[in-house]
Amino acid sequence: MRYKYLWLIALIILLILVPLFLSKFLMVFLTEMLIMILFAISFNLLFGYTGLLSFGHAAFFSIGSYVTGLVLLHIYPSIPLAFAIGVVAATIAAWIIGYFCVRLDEIYFAMLTLAFGMMVHTIVWKWDRLTGGADGLVNIPRPNLNFLLFQVDLSSIASYYYFTFVLVAIALYVLWIIVNSNFGLALRAVRENSERLQFVGINVRRYRLISFVISGFFCGLAGALFGPFLKSITPSTAFWTKSAEPVFMSLLGGTKIFLAPAVGSVIFMYLKEIISGYTELWMLFLGAILIGFVLFLPGGVVGFLYEKLRGRKLGRVGE
Amino acid sequence: MTFSTFFAFFLNGLTSAMTFFIIASGLTLIYGVLRILNLAHGSLFMLGAFFTFQLTHWFGNFWYALIFAPFICAVAGVIMERIFIRPVYGLPIPFQLLLTFGLMLLITDIVRIFWGVAFRTATEPQVLSGTMNIFGVSYPRYNIFVIVVGILVCIFIWILLTKTRFGKMIRASSSDREVANGLGINVPSLYTVVFGIGAWLAGLSGVLAAPLRSIMLEMDVHTIIEAFAIVVIGGLGSIPGALIGSLLLGQLNSFGTLYIPRFEMAFMYVLMAIILLIRPKGLLGEEVS
Repeated sequence: MRYKYLWLIALIILLILVPLFLSKFLMVFLTEMLIMILFAISFNLLFGYTGLLSFGHAAFFSIGSYVTGLVLLHIYPSIPLAFAIGVVAATIAAWIIGYFCVRLDEIYFAMLTLAFGMMVHTIVWKWDRLTGGADGLVNIPRPNLNFLLFQVDLSSIASYYYFTFVLVAIALYVLWIIVNSNFGLALRAVRENSERLQFVGINVRRYRLISFVISGFFCGLAGALFGPFLKSITPSTAFWTKSAEPVFMSLLGGTKIFLAPAVGSVIFMYLKEIISGYTELWMLFLGAILIGFVLFLPGGVVGFLYEKLRGRKLGRVGE
Repeated sequence: MTFSTFFAFFLNGLTSAMTFFIIASGLTLIYGVLRILNLAHGSLFMLGAFFTFQLTHWFGNFWYALIFAPFICAVAGVIMERIFIRPVYGLPIPFQLLLTFGLMLLITDIVRIFWGVAFRTATEPQVLSGTMNIFGVSYPRYNIFVIVVGILVCIFIWILLTKTRFGKMIRASSSDREVANGLGINVPSLYTVVFGIGAWLAGLSGVLAAPLRSIMLEMDVHTIIEAFAIVVIGGLGSIPGALIGSLLLGQLNSFGTLYIPRFEMAFMYVLMAIILLIRPKGLLGEEVS
């Protein structure tokens, strides 16, 4: 039992040490991967734990990144201020959108989140005086972090990597506490049998809404990290294909284990990045691999390994 | 606004409604019978448009495209169903979406291999170029042709589903697969045929839309979402619903560009959200048990 988390500690130490021996290109890649891991795992709180398939989570990601970017560009170049406002904006959006969406189930829930997500996309894309339209926001600054006594320079990719790493680690820790609390247990009950929960007097919609808002909060944080990282944001961060990414990352990794979507994001990002390095036709290979996964590994990579190693069935999504 | 402007915008709306309907009816037919949400449906539309470009480019004749392009799409659909879709019947929807998203990526790159990333155009046939006069409005002949084909497709689907034995089989298997199977209907091959018809419709819509817009990669991801919106508004699985949804969206897009030129796209999603909240099963959707 004491050694249970040894691999996790080893992984954290490895992630702390990597900037010493990785190239700049790989550091950029790794930073983006961390952001996408946070995006996928916070999405999976709603998908894997609460049993709701959202097809519009790019809305919160993009609101987080656009609002953060706008604050940095036009209001005051301060990372903590911009992040706070960006995340709050994403959370409020999640509250409003979630308020309507949790009334519906299954495919209708997915379609309603899709509709809201595409509304956000249209606004981001067409409100060009604020958002820069199709060009998006450019030249987003990445100012130093000011603490009382000292400053942290975020301009190099290594320092921004550490900054991202710390925030993502804290966020994942909080999410881990949430899914293992009584509240997290209640969410799993909502997933398994929401009708029965209603009979014992639990307000299912309320639990779904809270889960939706928490998920939106952390997606907003992932989005906030993304703007200063790329120093530019385009409307494609709000398009439905962006909403599809965390869905597929979660499915690739497995939805019933906390860190499994992270494995899925690593696979997805790796495939996308590595294949596109070799050939322009990366979609062909990624498509073929996704198809292969559905046909041969429907429990996800981690889910598959877990079932093989522990001999326990996890079941698929929606079962 | 004068009557003639109004009428011209109305006809514009009707033209896009008909291309919408042809693709959306395929999507909703496939969902109604197979219970598959096919994200690659927009890719079949894109294939139809690119085939139209190629065939008109080779033969200089749009009619070849109109006959052959949807047929090739149908064949592609049948192959897709046999190899890829068949194993995911009964799997939860997220897996269907993942699989059909994979197919979408695959088709995008196949199109990229053959046609590259440049914009393509297809021209309408000589007979249908120019304008004609309807109620004092000078209106492009080709658009009228699209409206007529749309109406013919409506009638064709209506007859197919309600007046033929095949239609009875489709309706029987969509309401209860097992009983239909027990009554001696070969459900698996019926599914393949239905998927093929759906793919044919997507391809036909692509052919008709080709002379009206630029043909390019990425038309799949935009088209599929519009088709989803229509199908959801009308009710998943309902073909009359798809018709109503298409007519609504066609007019909304057309008059939207007149009054609110920037956010007309947003209104489509607002409409979709309102309908889902008031009637989660869509305008004509039925309770699915």
